Amino acid sequence: MGIIGPNGAGKSTLFNLIGGALTPSSGTITFKGHDITATRAAHRCHAGIARSFQIPHPFVGMTVYENLLTAASFGNAGFKDSKAACRDILARTGLLPKANRLASSLTLLERKRLELARALATGPELLLLDEIAGGLTEAECHQLVATIKDIHASGVTLIWIEHIIHALLAVVDRIMVIDFGKIVASGPPKQVMADPLVQEIYMGISVDDVA
Amino acid sequence: MIWVNALVQGVLLGGLYALFAAGLSLMFGVMRFINIAHGDFIVVGAYAILFFIVGLGLPPALGVFLVIVLMAAGGYLNQNLLLNRVLGKDILPPVLVTFGMSIIIQNALLEGFSADSQKLATGWFETSSIPLGQELAIGLLPLLMFLTAVGVIAALQWVFYHTAMGRMLRATSDDPEILPLMGGNRAHTFAVATALASVVVGVAGIWLAMKTNFDPAAGPARLLFAFEAVIIGGLGNLWGTLLEGVILGVAQSIGAQIDAGYQILAGHLAFLLILIIRPTGLMPKVVK
Repeated sequence: MGIIGPNGAGKSTLFNLIGGALTPSSGTITFKGHDITATRAAHRCHAGIARSFQIPHPFVGMTVYENLLTAASFGNAGFKDSKAACRDILARTGLLPKANRLASSLTLLERKRLELARALATGPELLLLDEIAGGLTEAECHQLVATIKDIHASGVTLIWIEHIIHALLAVVDRIMVIDFGKIVASGPPKQVMADPLVQEIYMGISVDDVA
Repeated sequence: MIWVNALVQGVLLGGLYALFAAGLSLMFGVMRFINIAHGDFIVVGAYAILFFIVGLGLPPALGVFLVIVLMAAGGYLNQNLLLNRVLGKDILPPVLVTFGMSIIIQNALLEGFSADSQKLATGWFETSSIPLGQELAIGLLPLLMFLTAVGVIAALQWVFYHTAMGRMLRATSDDPEILPLMGGNRAHTFAVATALASVVVGVAGIWLAMKTNFDPAAGPARLLFAFEAVIIGGLGNLWGTLLEGVILGVAQSIGAQIDAGYQILAGHLAFLLILIIRPTGLMPKVVK
């Protein structure tokens, strides 16, 4: 599922609530039939929720491979062989050639890939992607989308916040539009993108202009 | 030859200062917090070994084992039950709490062991030496003390870079906020770091007990040496800490050779000199 909405609409706040960095003042959060509203971030990770950050936050003093191993040793996965699992994830995210580089030496695309890989290393069932394509060139974005498609195909549920709509549309089967903390539209991408209200608040096109 | 001797003694003494500093460096590296009671914990280690071996008459090996196990357990519990509650954005609360611990420890030791200066007598061990030529000899005790320091630091480095626990500690050092999102437990990681540091503190205390006289108020001066070695060595850099421990030891030893009263002063002067020339330390940890 993709989430779009103007800056300040509450998209990242939503992720902070789902990931457990923030506690909601009202309402409940349910994951796989369990109420997880009161649980802490670490517990949610063990339950199978992982996220990537808008601004990559790798463990800079460690190698790419060590970043993944750290996530794998704490996370939900319970890998029989976490080293092999990490190598597999490195291969899937295209980071294998950089495995023994320090995370601080990576380019932006590689850091974004590392965010993705580290989140995967926790063994998630639900992966929250926060503007992972932001700041990338068109070609880089294209490569990353291919990786994300592959992850989605492997059975991981995605919730993806993104301003780069065409990247989003290449992967997701549902889109939700948020504005001022409220869901203003939800459904298949084509239908949502055609919604005049969505075009007005998100694309900045007023209904009157179109008319 | 006297100067060569002073140099060698200084290098070996540096091992003790590196042991003092390694625990402090480790805790700062992982938690970004300075334990003001660090020196007092070293003195606790010294009294503990004295109590087990002289007081209870236990075999030395068992005494050493008990000190290390108790320090590790005490460190873990202290961090988990007390210090984790005061660690946060504000750096003052942990400073105040550990300052309070320092006062409590000093008074408790005074109550339990009196103000008399103590030393753990080790008999032949402290008087044996390896002769190197006619005028030069290396004492067995200082030599083993130095080798212990090198061994402890090598072991810590190995733990940091080759074990899952080490990765957990380094990840926490890099970004403690992210760790919980990876499913890590920050409170536990901090407690593990303190337990590990406390083992080093225990080892430092044991060597302190054998090397010099100590009394309940000896802690703050040990903290000062540890501070100097950590700051000049580069915060969080253990090999740098060893190097600065050695520089401190050599400066003191040469100072003492000039005049016995200059020993401590020379160490502090060397510290200030390096601070002026290399304010970020000799081997600063790369911070981005």
